[in-house]
Amino acid sequence: MNEEESVLLARGLRKEYGSGEGLVRAVDAVDLEVARGETLAIMGPSGCGKSTMLHLMGGLDRPSAGELWLNGSRIDRLSERGLAQLRRHEIGFIFQAFHLMDELTAQENVELPALLAGRSPREARRRAFQLLDQVGLGERATHLPSALSGGQRQRVAIARALANEPLLVLADEPTGNLDSAATLEVLRLFEDLHTGGLTLVVVTHDERIAATADRMISMRDGAFVDETRLTGSTSGNLAGLIGLGS
Amino acid sequence: MQQEVVLAMLAKEPSQGFQLRARLDQALGALGEAMNDGQIYVTLGRLEKAGLVVRQHVPISADRRGPKVYELTATGQERVSEWLGEVSWPKPDLAEFHLKLIAAAAAGLADPIGIVDVQRRELIRRLREAQRAAMAESDGSEAGLLLEGITLRLQADLRWLEACERSWTDRRKRS
Repeated sequence: MNEEESVLLARGLRKEYGSGEGLVRAVDAVDLEVARGETLAIMGPSGCGKSTMLHLMGGLDRPSAGELWLNGSRIDRLSERGLAQLRRHEIGFIFQAFHLMDELTAQENVELPALLAGRSPREARRRAFQLLDQVGLGERATHLPSALSGGQRQRVAIARALANEPLLVLADEPTGNLDSAATLEVLRLFEDLHTGGLTLVVVTHDERIAATADRMISMRDGAFVDETRLTGSTSGNLAGLIGLGS
Repeated sequence: MQQEVVLAMLAKEPSQGFQLRARLDQALGALGEAMNDGQIYVTLGRLEKAGLVVRQHVPISADRRGPKVYELTATGQERVSEWLGEVSWPKPDLAEFHLKLIAAAAAGLADPIGIVDVQRRELIRRLREAQRAAMAESDGSEAGLLLEGITLRLQADLRWLEACERSWTDRRKRS
């Protein structure tokens, strides 16, 4: 794989804060390739640098050194304006706290990114309906976020992340505020989107998300320390785990 | 599988073997596939020998007999009540793994962190399997609740492995 074939490519990526004795290497010489259609989970304890890594990938922050490529174009040297364009058109974000606009309906929340990207209101509306339908909330389009459950709010936020058909969706602890049942809703949705070809990078503490990804990377002290490819691998002994089977 | 489970599943009503099987499948979902019919019939045979169940024809009318069904005896009923009241919980065996790490490090035979990594991969695979099975269940299904228990337990084990890794990494830095 090279920068032509992967959606995202990082080479020697670094992010440092402070200097001298107080120098913190939040991201320390990381190499990464994310293939088209892949779901990647980055796991690690608080402070390991995984959120910084996500911010770099999404153009929310600039690396101190290294190269970052999105779909074959180098993005680490873009101007502020270029980065804003990138975030608006090419990348979808999903956050732990949903970050929906409380005074807008589900549908208006989903329309917003399309309107900001310059689409016509009619087109934005059509796309929002279609996306809410896709996440199973077609009938709740006119509800305010306050009238939705946590799992439903996160599904609205996921629909919003997809509004401009991004190349890459980045999620930061998407199930951090959700109970078991709502987590299951979100995981089912991710699975559907994965089948539809979505490229997704999730940073998380939640082992359940990591376990359902195609690939899992463990991060410690700013570096990737372990990688596990999970597709096609099962131990085939689930029943044995709970005392069933012979 | 414990004999008492089969016994308790019969408490609802006298049943044929296949009806019992269906009840277990409903409760266990995909996990039920791991049980074979043979196991259930062997267990029923043992229970019959122990006097906890009887197998007899149900009369349909004065001159017609229905199929043979398994039915709890009075002793069987009593055993089910006792079993429901018992407090038991499966024990995970963490001590063995803990001692494996200590022995490996002490003898310089293997890297404890490497052992943790291998174990983590295995648990993540199991979690993947359990989570995918849970995602395939409809909301509120009986089997879904069991799978939730399995995934929560595996998550706890994975978190402990993370603590093991942290601790062994710190020890390595200190030495």
